[in-house]
Amino acid sequence: MSSASSKPASLFDASLLKPALLDSLKKLHPKDVARNPVMFVVWAGSLLTTVLVVKDLIAPRPDGAPLWFTVSVMLWLWFTVLFANFAEAVAEGRGKAQASSLRKMRKDTLARRLVDGREERVPAPSLRKGDLVVCEVGDLIPGDGEVVEGIASVDESAITGESAPVIRESGGDRSAVTGGTKVLSDRIVVRISVNPGESFLDRMIGLVEGAARQKTPNEIALHILLVGLTIVFLLACVTLVPMALYSGVPLSGTAVVALLVCLIPTTIGGLLSAIGIAGMDRLLRKNVLAMSGRAVEAAGDVDTLLLDKTGTITLGNRMATELLPLPGVRREELAEASQLASLADETPEGRSIVTLVKDTYKMRPRELQAHQATFVPFTAQTRMSGCDLNDPQPRSIRKGAVDAIVKHVQSQGGPVPPELAQAAGRIGDAGGTPLAVSDGSRVLGIVHLKDVVKGGIKERFDRFRAMGIRTVMITGDNPRTAAAIAKEAGVDDFLAEATPEAKLALIRTEQGKGKLVAMTGDGTNDAPALAQADVGVAMNTGTQAAKEAGNMVDLDSNPTKLLEVVEVGKQLLMTRGTLTTFSIANDVAKYFAILPALFMGVFPQIAPLNVMRLSSPLSAILSAVIFNALIIIALIPLALRGVKYRPLGAAALLRRSLLLYGVGGVIVPFVGIKVIDVLLTAVGMV
Amino acid sequence: MVSTLVIALRACVVTLVLTGVLYPLAVTGVAQVLFPHEAQGSLVVDERGREVGSALIAQGFTRGAYFQPRPSAAGNGYDATASSGSNLGPTSQKLRDRAVADAERLRKENPDAPGPVPAELVTASGSGLDPHLSPEAARWQVPRVAHARGVDPARVLAVVEANVEGRTLGVLGEPRVNALLLNLALDRQFGRAVEPVHPTGAAAAPVGASSAAGLEQP
Amino acid sequence: MTLIGWLQILLFFALVLALTKPLGGYLFRVFEGEHQPLPRVLGPVERVLLRLCGADARQEQTWTQYTVAMLAFSLLSMLGTYAIQRLQHVLPLNPQGLPAVGPELAFNTAASFTANTNWQSYAGESTMSYLSQMMGLAWHNFVSAAVGAGVALALARGFTRRPGPAGQKTLGNFWVDLIRATLYVLLPICFVYALFLVSQGVLQNFAPYRELLTMEGVKQTLAMGPVASQEAIKMLGTNGGGFFNANSAHPFENPTPLTNLAEMLSIFALPAALTYTYGKMAGDTRQGWALFAAMSILFFAGVAAAYAAESQANPALVASGAAQDGNLEGKELRFGVCGSALFATVTTDASCGAVNAMHDSFTALGGLVPLVNMQLGEVIFGGVGAGLYGILIMVVLAVFIAGLMVGRTPEYLGKKIEAKEMKLAMLYVLIFPLVILGLSAVAAVIPQGLSSLNNAGPHGLSEILYAFTSGTANNGSAFAGLNANTPFWNISLGLAMLAGRFLMMVPALAIAGSMVGKKVVAAGPGTFPTNGTLFTGLLVSVVLIVGALTFFPALSLGPIVEHFLGAAGKAF
Repeated sequence: MSSASSKPASLFDASLLKPALLDSLKKLHPKDVARNPVMFVVWAGSLLTTVLVVKDLIAPRPDGAPLWFTVSVMLWLWFTVLFANFAEAVAEGRGKAQASSLRKMRKDTLARRLVDGREERVPAPSLRKGDLVVCEVGDLIPGDGEVVEGIASVDESAITGESAPVIRESGGDRSAVTGGTKVLSDRIVVRISVNPGESFLDRMIGLVEGAARQKTPNEIALHILLVGLTIVFLLACVTLVPMALYSGVPLSGTAVVALLVCLIPTTIGGLLSAIGIAGMDRLLRKNVLAMSGRAVEAAGDVDTLLLDKTGTITLGNRMATELLPLPGVRREELAEASQLASLADETPEGRSIVTLVKDTYKMRPRELQAHQATFVPFTAQTRMSGCDLNDPQPRSIRKGAVDAIVKHVQSQGGPVPPELAQAAGRIGDAGGTPLAVSDGSRVLGIVHLKDVVKGGIKERFDRFRAMGIRTVMITGDNPRTAAAIAKEAGVDDFLAEATPEAKLALIRTEQGKGKLVAMTGDGTNDAPALAQADVGVAMNTGTQAAKEAGNMVDLDSNPTKLLEVVEVGKQLLMTRGTLTTFSIANDVAKYFAILPALFMGVFPQIAPLNVMRLSSPLSAILSAVIFNALIIIALIPLALRGVKYRPLGAAALLRRSLLLYGVGGVIVPFVGIKVIDVLLTAVGMV
Repeated sequence: MVSTLVIALRACVVTLVLTGVLYPLAVTGVAQVLFPHEAQGSLVVDERGREVGSALIAQGFTRGAYFQPRPSAAGNGYDATASSGSNLGPTSQKLRDRAVADAERLRKENPDAPGPVPAELVTASGSGLDPHLSPEAARWQVPRVAHARGVDPARVLAVVEANVEGRTLGVLGEPRVNALLLNLALDRQFGRAVEPVHPTGAAAAPVGASSAAGLEQP
Repeated sequence: MTLIGWLQILLFFALVLALTKPLGGYLFRVFEGEHQPLPRVLGPVERVLLRLCGADARQEQTWTQYTVAMLAFSLLSMLGTYAIQRLQHVLPLNPQGLPAVGPELAFNTAASFTANTNWQSYAGESTMSYLSQMMGLAWHNFVSAAVGAGVALALARGFTRRPGPAGQKTLGNFWVDLIRATLYVLLPICFVYALFLVSQGVLQNFAPYRELLTMEGVKQTLAMGPVASQEAIKMLGTNGGGFFNANSAHPFENPTPLTNLAEMLSIFALPAALTYTYGKMAGDTRQGWALFAAMSILFFAGVAAAYAAESQANPALVASGAAQDGNLEGKELRFGVCGSALFATVTTDASCGAVNAMHDSFTALGGLVPLVNMQLGEVIFGGVGAGLYGILIMVVLAVFIAGLMVGRTPEYLGKKIEAKEMKLAMLYVLIFPLVILGLSAVAAVIPQGLSSLNNAGPHGLSEILYAFTSGTANNGSAFAGLNANTPFWNISLGLAMLAGRFLMMVPALAIAGSMVGKKVVAAGPGTFPTNGTLFTGLLVSVVLIVGALTFFPALSLGPIVEHFLGAAGKAF
């Protein structure tokens, strides 16, 4: 899982800062600001104070607020807008940096298009869906597509960060190729499956740059809340003017704007889009490509996780763990035969038998040539493999499925002892696979092949459980075997003898119970289930069909990645929630800073309300405005990183967040505003 | 839509008849049988059998020989067809002036009264028809009433104590004395106080020191 | 504050608590149960009444149908009351020969009673004939409470109903809810309750006003009328419109400490019980108790503040040198400071608005409590129905924030809270600041607004703010010094009351409509529980934050400034 792109870049990479600063200025354009109503209000307020400043410059009013104050408030209001823009620009910048490296790959490749069997060279961007292109050693594959002819090893490290080449061949589950990857050997013909601008790479670039970012459902809902609150505060501030008039309190436009900007949820409003972009970005750093933000959010809500047994819960390959000789057979005899049968067997199972024999019985692998052995490979018809020896005497050694060996032995007139079936049954019960070994017409015994549960997987499932997510193992094994593995791995449930239809049915049942289901898959036959699942993570090694059906692609093709996807999804929501809480809780202190300051001139009796003992009304207002602007900057790292997710129960999580961001949100600004006030006084500004 | 309006209209009529006609008539009918006295206003009679008011409703007393109820903002004072409080707020200059004037008058009328003027005697009640005094406020007026009636203050005090109502169930409300009932009891015991009625006849009308005048013997 | 005072408060609350479950269970059986209570006696009556209305009881309604029915009924009943007032001089039961009510006042009053506000720009005893009181006003006391209950039930059904196999999207039947609430709940309780009130001294007659000579021989006229029957539903329906001007401060409306307790109890009874009913509907009574607990916390905070403030001396009275045993201006002695502060808290927690003391004369902070109670959205038990649907909107907001904070798409009772619900909830929330602050700001600067003030200085602003708050919150209590019987006030307040009622009911019903068809997501350890103390605490914070943040600036120019000025000895 070594991946080039998952290196954590420092939050404020110097090379990113400069363009971000520039971008935050560019984003002052009304069209950009208008997309975010909260910041638009700040923007309009800044503009208004600017007008007031200009007015004061042209025609100073002796009774108005001093010019330095109006100017300072104006500047800090503009800073507030700029800081919010900056947060967004930094988040986008981090994505853009990734995107630009991706984009390099797309540079003017010349594709070799096949037209009526003739090759012609065309620029890659002109390829259309359905075009056939030829790729040979050293060629960049010009676009996403499917291998229709040939087999090749392909370097996909540009996309996945995985340096080992992968095999791509026509037909089957390994036919999908991605544009921008490089053919290392052989020749393939690829049918392009997307039009220009829709390729995997394009989508990836669009997503990380934030250009193609659509607001997610929860983001929209939160947006509505924030807009609502903004209107509430707008009403509160605007109506305060006539009420103050009644009370004989003159309110300057600057002061009212300052109050308004401090009250509306600028902290979350300014950071909202940065949080969303950073969420996608975090996912990408984990080498997961989400097709939409909606999918990331859905991942946070997942209740049930369907996991393929093989490759996800267990190591892809079964391992020999034990030799069980039948009565009357010496252990060494079985060991030798097993070894001989497996020497030429390059499958992982075969190699594991050789290793087991070597380690347990200290029998060095014998030279096959010395025995003039001929390797008998596994075929689907015989369901056996082994070798035939001629030296010293002819022997025919086989290993294979129990029933296949039984048939093989019986055909040679050999006896089948009843112990064989018993032993095989025991192994099956324990979750293993029995492999019988025979020598000529004699059955020697059984090799116990075991599914090996991945290390640490149980702890991961425990974490899922703590999050409230149920794990279901999907396997083609029989129920007995499945139950044993499920128990060992610690999953909550399993689906044995699973067919694609059964998988789909299971998803539908879970969804019918009101649960959100996530699953991983790679094969074409997984496509319907991937599509049906609320979150379908397709393995990048999988077929194009699977990738199309899912709403995320895991570039590492590591099925346990779902855990991280879920965490990122939750983190995304939590970051928004906590910052919203923080933002609103801040208002308490801001009220206590600004309101007494507004009214103290006319009603000096309300001095006790100035609980922070701020040095002067003007300093109070200015301090609150400065705090309000700086807190955005201060929280950018949190917005980009996301709040830390802890697999606690929801209630514990909520209690923690409320304490930290709710109660903290009330206290922090009291301290912050006071500190700023002290500093302002110290430097003699007020 | 039209059918909904028709149903709505019929529902209006049905509920109007049920709750606006049948229900109050039924309550009135039963109440008149079960609690005729209360339903008619809890009227009280004086020692001569004349209906002089409702036991629940304050009336103005100006004579020194009667216990005075709280100031009233109902109409021109104790107007039982115009119940109202003063609705003056805690920073009202009017309220401050009124209280100062009331307190001054009361101190002048009650030179022998112990301690400061009781709070409720300078505060108008919510309805303007509050018939009650706190036992303390009644006791505060005892010297004046006794002097006006020419009886031993201890005897007046005894009547006051006999008329104190405690808290309901020990916790509800406040201990209190009904000024009207107390004055009726005084008249029953010591004879009717007749003189003098001030021309204003209204609420916080000053009760002159000279008002401690003649007592009419029964 | 005294120990006995607190015992009185605790006794009151203990009784509310004790009533909640049995009454709530009864309500559940009435509205949702398979077996109607009192079927033998009232079942046939219900069927007859529904047939008289021409409504098909078996026909369930979608949210739009329910809303249209509710609006149609409210509109027609409002017109009815307008007509009765305008024609009272030619209608019977007018022994005092009172003239027709003027058009603006009649509009204001009709809007007020239709909206369950019972704001009174008039003095009952000198404006309304017995017929207007009984048929024009008390009628609304019944049906507006029933309408409120219906809307709350519809919203509760929206949250709690599990979508049927046919994707059921209905919320019940408005006419059935209306008739059942009236017939099974309001009428029987009121009948008994009214008789109890009469036994304590509340009037119940149709006699002309009684003239007599006082002990000192002065003419006194005692207002009469069918008071008890109206008083009972006025409290139970959280209406609050007094028969008399002084409302429940009037000895003929609220003669003894015992009636005072009963009146307060009857204010909270149905709103509190509805939380239990809601829990039953949700299939988890702890859901209801969580709401009840949140309301109780806010109630105790309010009553403690009000009681503490009213136990202080009234600054205006200090100069008189009189004893200062708490602030007694505007209070009845039989209730005292505690009984008045408690009543003020209860009546403004619930959207009742009956008063047993003049809030206008409360201390600045004592008057702040009722004001804030109303501005929190009448969700501290609230009005009959209005309290429940109000708090459920707050629940939507709380659930949303909490959901985000635990990293899950927010859901309540297994149903997801999405953009559409947020939009409607924010619409609901926006009505308060828009109407209250908007109209107050206008009234604070135009002569038509200012000329009605009874107090100058910050207290004058409080009077304005209180009037629009009370109207929009459908409370109906007042800083009663304000002379609201002017065209400007009658019309602006009338519109505020209608906005505060119907512009909030419609989004609530729309949320019901949007929630009812939603798929139910199974709860798991990742779902945070909405029936525990944590959620209760969160809900309380959300209610406080939404209300306080909205109104703090305005309040700081009213009661808050007044408090400091009063303490400094300033007067206006």
